[in-house]
Amino acid sequence: MKNNIKYIAVLALGLFACEPEFDNPIDQSGTYSSGSADFSTYVAVGNSLTAGYMDGTVYKSGQQNSFPNIMAEKFAFAGGGTFTQPSYDDDVNDAGGFLLNGNPLSQFGTRLVLDASQGRPEPLNVTPTIEVSNLQAKAYNNMGVPGAKSFHLGFPGYGNIAGLPNANAYFIRHATSPNATVIEDAVSLNPTFFTLWIGNNDILSYATSGGVGVDQTGNQNVLSYGFNDITDPGVFAFTYQALVDALTANGAKGVVATLPDVTSIPYFTTVSYNPIPMDAGTAAFVNNAYATYNGGLQFAAGNGLITAEEAAQRTISFSAGQNPVVIIDEDLTNLTGFGIPSYRMTTVNDLLILPSSRFIGTLANPADPTSVNGVGVPLADNWVLTATEVETVRTARTAYNNAIVSIAAANDLAVADMATKLEELVSGLRTTDGQIYTNNYFNGTSNSISTVVFSLDGVHPNARGYAIVADEFIRVINEKYGANVPRVTAGYYPGVTVVPTN
Amino acid sequence: MKKLLLVLTIAFSASVMYAGGYRVGVQGHKQLAMGHTGVAVVTSAESAFFNPAGLVYLDGKLNVSLGAAVVLSNTSYQNREFGYSAEADNPVGTPFYAYGAYKINDWLSAGIAVYTPYGSRVEWPTDWEGSHLVNNIELSAIFVQPTIAIKISEKLSIGGGPIYVSGAVNFNRNLSRSLTDETGARSNVTIDASGINAWGYSIGAMFRPTEDFNIGFNYRSKIDMNVERGDGTADFENLPAALASGFADGDFTASLPLPAELTFGVAFTPADKWLVAIDYTRTFWDAYEALDVQFYNSAGLSRNPRAYKNASIYKIGAQYEATQKVTVRAGFYFDESPIRDGFFAPETPRPDSVNFTAGFSYNLNSKWAIDASVLYVHSNEVQNSYDYYTEAGQPLSFGGEYKSNALVAGIGVSYKL
Repeated sequence: MKNNIKYIAVLALGLFACEPEFDNPIDQSGTYSSGSADFSTYVAVGNSLTAGYMDGTVYKSGQQNSFPNIMAEKFAFAGGGTFTQPSYDDDVNDAGGFLLNGNPLSQFGTRLVLDASQGRPEPLNVTPTIEVSNLQAKAYNNMGVPGAKSFHLGFPGYGNIAGLPNANAYFIRHATSPNATVIEDAVSLNPTFFTLWIGNNDILSYATSGGVGVDQTGNQNVLSYGFNDITDPGVFAFTYQALVDALTANGAKGVVATLPDVTSIPYFTTVSYNPIPMDAGTAAFVNNAYATYNGGLQFAAGNGLITAEEAAQRTISFSAGQNPVVIIDEDLTNLTGFGIPSYRMTTVNDLLILPSSRFIGTLANPADPTSVNGVGVPLADNWVLTATEVETVRTARTAYNNAIVSIAAANDLAVADMATKLEELVSGLRTTDGQIYTNNYFNGTSNSISTVVFSLDGVHPNARGYAIVADEFIRVINEKYGANVPRVTAGYYPGVTVVPTN
Repeated sequence: MKKLLLVLTIAFSASVMYAGGYRVGVQGHKQLAMGHTGVAVVTSAESAFFNPAGLVYLDGKLNVSLGAAVVLSNTSYQNREFGYSAEADNPVGTPFYAYGAYKINDWLSAGIAVYTPYGSRVEWPTDWEGSHLVNNIELSAIFVQPTIAIKISEKLSIGGGPIYVSGAVNFNRNLSRSLTDETGARSNVTIDASGINAWGYSIGAMFRPTEDFNIGFNYRSKIDMNVERGDGTADFENLPAALASGFADGDFTASLPLPAELTFGVAFTPADKWLVAIDYTRTFWDAYEALDVQFYNSAGLSRNPRAYKNASIYKIGAQYEATQKVTVRAGFYFDESPIRDGFFAPETPRPDSVNFTAGFSYNLNSKWAIDASVLYVHSNEVQNSYDYYTEAGQPLSFGGEYKSNALVAGIGVSYKL
């Protein structure tokens, strides 16, 4: 009998030892593969999008969800090595922003959070703790440098602290030497695989500034460019080729990404072209104030200075209901010599930028109730990307994207078509789990908490948005290189930070 | 003997059960060893559960069976597309039973049955990929069933009794797939309630056309376990400060049905010393439409459709009296999953299973016997998903491959006077 009990005990243990084991466990070698690619040293080159910039800055927890870092976690299933990012250990408040010699660096504030008590985004009310002059002098796998345009990546001195404010505070922190270039530091790691997503800022600073910069198409002297200018497409293509040449010099494979349209990002799509509600009485009053201007247009048209069509386009007319705003448009025929300013009302093709939502409707002169910005006082050029400016940006972007695609083809690289991917957000991008994501700005609802993919700066994705980006890169890599890298579920990544007060 | 009783007492105090699903078939070591058949078997007080009508045919004036088991269960999850894997390390469950039957006169027996037929104890790694559905869950229910059996003739008897149930639940899940507090800790809720009471009944009949052939029938009613306001607590943790005021701790209401079960079976003696039993059980799982939890704060109504379907269990078992002292038993049953495709939620990861049982009784003397049994539950790997989690108005799918198994081993005593 004792033997029987012993036997049963042994049997029991034997059976229990069979923990449920899958026929094909995913931790078994061979489940995932890098195909013809080699992920052992992955280097990501680019701008803020690569750096994990969100909510207006790079901060410690946000950087963890940069798209290259998310990709590297997945590459680890398929031979990926360690992936390093510039250190944010000194970001003790998880707030981003910069100090220079102990003083807050202007233009580099803390991250935006949604202040529930005010119902608006505000920089987190703490002092930045990241000191720009603490030089790390180290090349990292993540070589995304916020603010960089294409040609900046090969610019000696871009990381030289002595070059501030023209040098780049982000790159200063980790440039291996004051005169090192971003691409040199990237290549110094001997990448076996790379992502390259650059060129957004070559058009975006023009766009976010409401088109106040200059389209430098035809001018190849980048040293003459202003911050908000559009880079010449020839310069862009030449630069891009050089970057790809440098990254592929050792035979590395990689993936490049196209540049999205401005109409894919909430910075340009959140404020509607007709944000002014008005009743009939007010409309009549305002129209009366523009009667002289409208009469001047008829005078100009009658004398052949402008077409009847332009006169109609420029006529200011408010009515009961939602109304467009009055703007100054420098692309209109200049009639200022006749005392006729360049005013018109916005149309559905004009894009009011996100910050205009806090400006339109305020009083230009607090003592004068008729000085409503956008109504009695026309909006300046910097508040609106006009239809003409949208086309200028689009033309440059198309040229850049053509260069990206053809250089990729010539070098047998994969292309992640982020332009198309982000455009899907306009109508709704459906992930395989069933969720639908849009390019809407955070609207304060609990649904929006779970689904918003753009950060509070309106330009950059949040962690969830970067997860969508990482997933698209991986999809393209799997397709091009016959790799099998696990995909990314965007829904697990955080969205917006809401604080009760700030 | 005293030592054994002490062990059993300790086991009782940890009255929690195993689950793949939340039905746990460990209601007697004699019958479990025979593939959990028993509706037509008359060997011990275990009949109080399997078929109360059988009590009246037992030998002896007083029959008592006590037992407990340990349940070791595991479920593995993986998702190839995303590279996710997780293993539920479920705490050891300890189902138990205590049956007693007393023959009042030749045609009437009375008894009491205490058993734990439902329960679930599943513990996934905290914050795993399915944590918006469940982190961990513990369900338990103790059934107390006073029973009478009436012999209508030497060939026909009936029996039954009311069932009093005392149940408890503890369930934790994350509030969403991504919400965290300011430090990145996931927002979650634990609902906890115990001492939830409900009533049901069990009835049975037994027909014995010949000495060697029995037919049995048993029906146990559905019992709804309702958590009313004030019965339990809902504890919300790690909310970001901006949302915390909307998610104050409070109470909740919920309802979980313990479904009705109908069993038919036969038992016969093909040869001297042999007994073979075949049972068919239909479980009316369609009562489990949804696990809806109503909170009284911003969390509101949590709707979790389940839409279970009725399912069958096919059981066969045999016993052989090897010696005067030792009876050995073995059995097999096939347990059909009540879960429809697309409703496979990780808090009850229960696919179809094949179940192998074995055991023995050792007669210490004419009164006392020791009963022991083992059960091995094997399920094939399944690829399934739960497609009814709602996030921002959209139904979301969470799926992958699941594989589970369980081992149950237990010991008990029977007493016959």
